Amino acid sequence: MSGPPQKKPSWLDERFGAGTIEEFLRHKIIPIHRHSIWYYFGGMTLFLFIIQVLTGILLLLYYRPTPNDAFESVQYVMTQVRFGWLIRSVHSWSANLMIFTAFVHMFSVYFLKAYRKPRELTWVTGMLLLFIVMGFGFSGYLLPWNTLAFFATKVGTEMAGSIPIIGKWFLIFLRGGEEVTGATLTRFFGFHVAVLPGLATVLLAFHLLFVQQLGMSLPPGVEKAIAEGREPKRTMPFVPNFFLRDMIGWYAALGVLGALAAIFPWELGAKADPFAAAPAGIRPEWYFLFMFQTLKYLPPKVLFMDGELLGILLFSAAAMVWVAVPFLDRHVGFGRTTRFFTGAGVFVIGYMLVFTWLALR
Amino acid sequence: MKTAAVTLLVWMSVLGSAGADSGKNSCVNCHAALEDARLLKPAQLYDGDIHHQAGLTCADCHGGNPNDDSMGAMSPAKGFRGVPKKSAVPEFCARCHSDATYMHPFNTKLRVDQLSQYVTSVHGKRLKQGDAKVAVCVDCHGVHNILAVSDTRAPVYPSNVATTCGRCHADATYMKQYKIPTDQVAHYQKSVHAEMLAQGDTSAPTCTTCHGNHGATPPGVSSVANVCGTCHVFFDQLFQKSPHQEAFAKMGLPGCVQCHSNHEIVKPADSWVGTGPNSVCTTCHTSGDAGLKSAQAIAQDLARLNLAIAQADTVLDTAERDGMEVSNAKLELAGAHEALIKARVDVHTFRDAEVQKVTDPGLEIAKKANQAGVAALQELNFRRKGLGVALITIFVAIAGLYLKIRQIESKPPA
Repeated sequence: MSGPPQKKPSWLDERFGAGTIEEFLRHKIIPIHRHSIWYYFGGMTLFLFIIQVLTGILLLLYYRPTPNDAFESVQYVMTQVRFGWLIRSVHSWSANLMIFTAFVHMFSVYFLKAYRKPRELTWVTGMLLLFIVMGFGFSGYLLPWNTLAFFATKVGTEMAGSIPIIGKWFLIFLRGGEEVTGATLTRFFGFHVAVLPGLATVLLAFHLLFVQQLGMSLPPGVEKAIAEGREPKRTMPFVPNFFLRDMIGWYAALGVLGALAAIFPWELGAKADPFAAAPAGIRPEWYFLFMFQTLKYLPPKVLFMDGELLGILLFSAAAMVWVAVPFLDRHVGFGRTTRFFTGAGVFVIGYMLVFTWLALR
Repeated sequence: MKTAAVTLLVWMSVLGSAGADSGKNSCVNCHAALEDARLLKPAQLYDGDIHHQAGLTCADCHGGNPNDDSMGAMSPAKGFRGVPKKSAVPEFCARCHSDATYMHPFNTKLRVDQLSQYVTSVHGKRLKQGDAKVAVCVDCHGVHNILAVSDTRAPVYPSNVATTCGRCHADATYMKQYKIPTDQVAHYQKSVHAEMLAQGDTSAPTCTTCHGNHGATPPGVSSVANVCGTCHVFFDQLFQKSPHQEAFAKMGLPGCVQCHSNHEIVKPADSWVGTGPNSVCTTCHTSGDAGLKSAQAIAQDLARLNLAIAQADTVLDTAERDGMEVSNAKLELAGAHEALIKARVDVHTFRDAEVQKVTDPGLEIAKKANQAGVAALQELNFRRKGLGVALITIFVAIAGLYLKIRQIESKPPA
């Protein structure tokens, strides 16, 4: 007597063992608790990143990275290409929304202590991805070659140039020379469409692999409450329950992006004139404002050191410490959080909000 | 009091003699100590005078011996010339200012023909006839506190000239015997020229630009166009070739001034051309004559172009405010604005055909810009409708997903 009929393996399964992935997804579960909402921001950032890749590829069909053509080619996309305005505006708005959701994701991971053992490398790859995303923003800002972008890049690269020892070399590396010229534009274009996407793809692959391998982290308090029986352990399947919820968020983001692009099309401004005087009120993109404002407040000299240089060194050191948080916060664990690190997180958010507000005033 | 002054003079003479032959200036030393304001003032003012800064002393103009502390310093025997009579002032100044060899070391660019010009002016001629009320050098340039023309405090600095001339020419009592108007400065202050000067444009004309400075002469009827044409070259050239040139000459009318006035030259408006209430054409032309018909046609050309530009501007501004990219169309519309400016110049041909040669291409440009603006607004409308449809679709999809989740989660786990 034969047993129950066996399901015939699919064509892909026969060759690549695709059933393993299917099996993995079928068993992947997402914890349900009062902080579950924060789980959606990683997926939202990934969705916006995919939008960036797709719209970026479409823009590449028309964009020409030379000082003579860059501005005109973007202008052409916005006025002559069918739905070009939509693609360019969605690309610009989505970039900003992606950076916003990436920050929200990073801080939610920080406060829920999801960086703790065994997810240290998930945190590190995530932080590196955040820096790359900011690099995308910085390099992409110059590409339309308009006045504001030109002078903001000039100021931004000057700051990078004030780093001790390697500053001068770094400035020339970024600009492709002493000044912001066509060489800088070509270079930034290269960073934006080749170097950074390459790095981002590798890091994203590792980040997602770690997330899948280790699953979703439970906040220490929830973990303890479940273990002590004060809270039931509730989960939902990733497919389809969580994935469908994710899709709701993505659709909503798509609606917001479409509305922003149609109601507030991203401005092109005036073509950059390297010989013109810098316009008043030059400032970087909003996510760099807190640093920009801090540097403005610093006095020209602090003890023996240049004020601006001190600011850059302090921010660099703070960023390194932030990346190393999982290795520094050794006390965090089962049911335990470290007040110092939670306080530091609140301080950082407060600092960023206040200084961004001061810069926008 | 008198005794005190004499004592002071003697005391100063004693002190002064100690420094004799060491570049001292006994004129200033004594005059600075005098109580009579008329005699004291020169010593007080001279420090800031351009002549003092050039190294000249009182004796260079007035003669005498500045090393002599006694009253003998002012002896004619020592070359003392004293204060010149008003009628002698031009020659007094010209001793140096007409001498190119003397003046060259001080300022190579300084002219030395002031006196020769002055004697041809109305001021110079009347002075020669014995009229001591007319302006001589010091009336405009000041005395003992003379400043360089380029010094903003100088009474002859461009922005101060009208006030300086007005000190006499706007004084009805002072000017009564000459029987000429005294409202020129008041009129000039309302002019576009005065407005430009007040804004810091020192190339804008003031009294002396048209009337001359040292050779001050009012431009006659026949020379008005030449005076205005010095700056407004194109207008002058067009006017000279226009039918008005001959007609004005026959009628004895001044050229430009006839329509634009002389001192109160305000910014011209398109409404000056044609038959409207502000028309200057109707001053001479009467209904039905060829000139007025031509003026009417020119006015219509200008009005058509103005209207077309205004319409295009409005449409493009609306589209731009709503975030549409219309910078190319705006740039092209600048061509229509240029055509309008050129047409306003060509009005001075007083021939409709000439004006049309400029306004017709301008109209074409404005029309295209307007079409671009309308297309941008239509595109905006399309985007908004598209957004509405997209949002409804997204909303439906979200609702569908929500219902699907509810359906899945309402089933009891297997």
